[in-house]
Amino acid sequence: MVWVNDVIQGILIGGLYALFACGLSLMFGVMKVVNLAHGDLAVIGAYIAVGVIAITHIPVLWSFVIVVPLMAVLGYVLQRTVIQASLDRSILTTLLVTFGLSVVIENALLEFVSANSHSLGANNAIITDSFSIGSQITIAYLLLLIFVVAVVVLLGLQFFLYRSNYGRMIRAVADDKEAAQLSGIDYRHVFGIAAAIAFGTVALAGIAYGMYSQFAPTTGTDTILLFAFAAVVIGGLGSLWGTLLGGVVLGVAQAIGAQISGSDEFLAGYLVFLAVLVLRPQGLIARRGAS
Amino acid sequence: MSTPGDDERGEGGRAPADGTASAAAGRPVNGTSLLEVRGLTVHHGQLRALDHVSLRVFPGEVYAIIGANGAGKSTLLRTIAGLHRPTEGSILFDGADVTRTRPERRAIGGIVMVPEGRRLFESLTVEENLQVGATHARSGPWTIEHVYELFTWMKDRRAQRTAQLSGGEQQSVAIGRALVANPRVLLLDELSLGLAPVVVQRIYAMLPQILATGLTVLLVEQDVSQALRVASHLQCLLEGRTTLEGRPSDLTPEQVEVAYFGLRSASAGQGSEALWSGSTTSYRGS
Repeated sequence: MVWVNDVIQGILIGGLYALFACGLSLMFGVMKVVNLAHGDLAVIGAYIAVGVIAITHIPVLWSFVIVVPLMAVLGYVLQRTVIQASLDRSILTTLLVTFGLSVVIENALLEFVSANSHSLGANNAIITDSFSIGSQITIAYLLLLIFVVAVVVLLGLQFFLYRSNYGRMIRAVADDKEAAQLSGIDYRHVFGIAAAIAFGTVALAGIAYGMYSQFAPTTGTDTILLFAFAAVVIGGLGSLWGTLLGGVVLGVAQAIGAQISGSDEFLAGYLVFLAVLVLRPQGLIARRGAS
Repeated sequence: MSTPGDDERGEGGRAPADGTASAAAGRPVNGTSLLEVRGLTVHHGQLRALDHVSLRVFPGEVYAIIGANGAGKSTLLRTIAGLHRPTEGSILFDGADVTRTRPERRAIGGIVMVPEGRRLFESLTVEENLQVGATHARSGPWTIEHVYELFTWMKDRRAQRTAQLSGGEQQSVAIGRALVANPRVLLLDELSLGLAPVVVQRIYAMLPQILATGLTVLLVEQDVSQALRVASHLQCLLEGRTTLEGRPSDLTPEQVEVAYFGLRSASAGQGSEALWSGSTTSYRGS
């Protein structure tokens, strides 16, 4: 029963990891941008939520209504300016620029919000309560909620990409941006839209993490970015449902590792990550259309 | 009846800087050209891919640009579509200077290219490819349904991904994707590339139906006989420069051959001097 509980906990936390990962996966899939500032942006989302809640006294669960659009706008603007400018030079430049962004964000956060940890909604019942199934299995409402949110986000993204005009344009631009230009599509605008969506999911991930755990300015790189990368690589780069699978596999590996020995939690996750890189570098679910 | 060389541009060195003079008899010389390229020079890094190339395309024409590999044909077409920035020269579309216009704006304005190698969106279905082409379509006769009527096999296979199609079928989808934008000038870059001759002929056989809807075609073709068959006006490039220009009926195969390969002495022999001196074309030896 202990193992069953571990697997369930792992699956649920996998939802959070999938939320981390889907924005990273989308930006890479569409623009070939490996966004090293991804984790820091999630942390920014969490801090914005702290600020928004302090100012408006909006319930923490509803803070996304403000934070997500704000981050989406930030995503569009950053993509159209800094990231596009680096893309026009080379892929390597993009890597350096997002790394630079990451450093800037972390240091700015240290400057303005200090190195102290923060958290979101520590005294909210739905965030701290849980329910039990039998005597061994305890499920936190929050993790269940995050998992459901992750699935809804992925379903929404899937629907948007495959059923809407903008989604079709995003897929076309991801395939061949020059050919898209020849069809009258301004790929830079489409990139901006994709970045806005990615940043929106990043905001959700940041808020979710802020409710799940404490966060500090460095959380972005030392936790969120690493887990996001692991989930993306395990699941398969550019595959939506692969990110959920990757998140779940990572979560279960960590839960089982923790069961074996408390210090093996993250080691177990990264061992799976390495195993996938070696044995199935395209990820568990290879992207549709990729060769 | 005059021939294109009447305006004495055979003295070598400069390419025709003034496109007006290059209009052949039978072309509406005094009419307004739909697309005009003036003294276009394009560099790829250090390499000069195009050297002062000019041309004028009039409404309803099939203007063919021929030349060997590396002659600069595709560069010319891509520059007209906006994918390369010229170092010198200008491009006028319907009287307006579009030299600095972004490619997507040119496409929306009516300059639509079928790129070399087809460049379909390979993770999209046939129909989705056409829908993307129609995203910013001008109003006009071409709809997705109309494309399905032109290529009758396409409707049944519209839900297939384009990677599952044969080369000729992919080329048809690429043409359809351009047509649904309702272009005023359709740029066709090497339709025959990588396709069996019979498939190429089948695709070119569609051209009259496409022209009947009132659009103008500027095409680039390595397959000279194919180009000669469909073109109303021909221009030959060699190493980035115009070596020959005129109506296909006014040009002899020898002229075309020499302009194409640039073999002034090797294959031409003694009789060739007469050909050159008497040439009515704007040949310039390299």
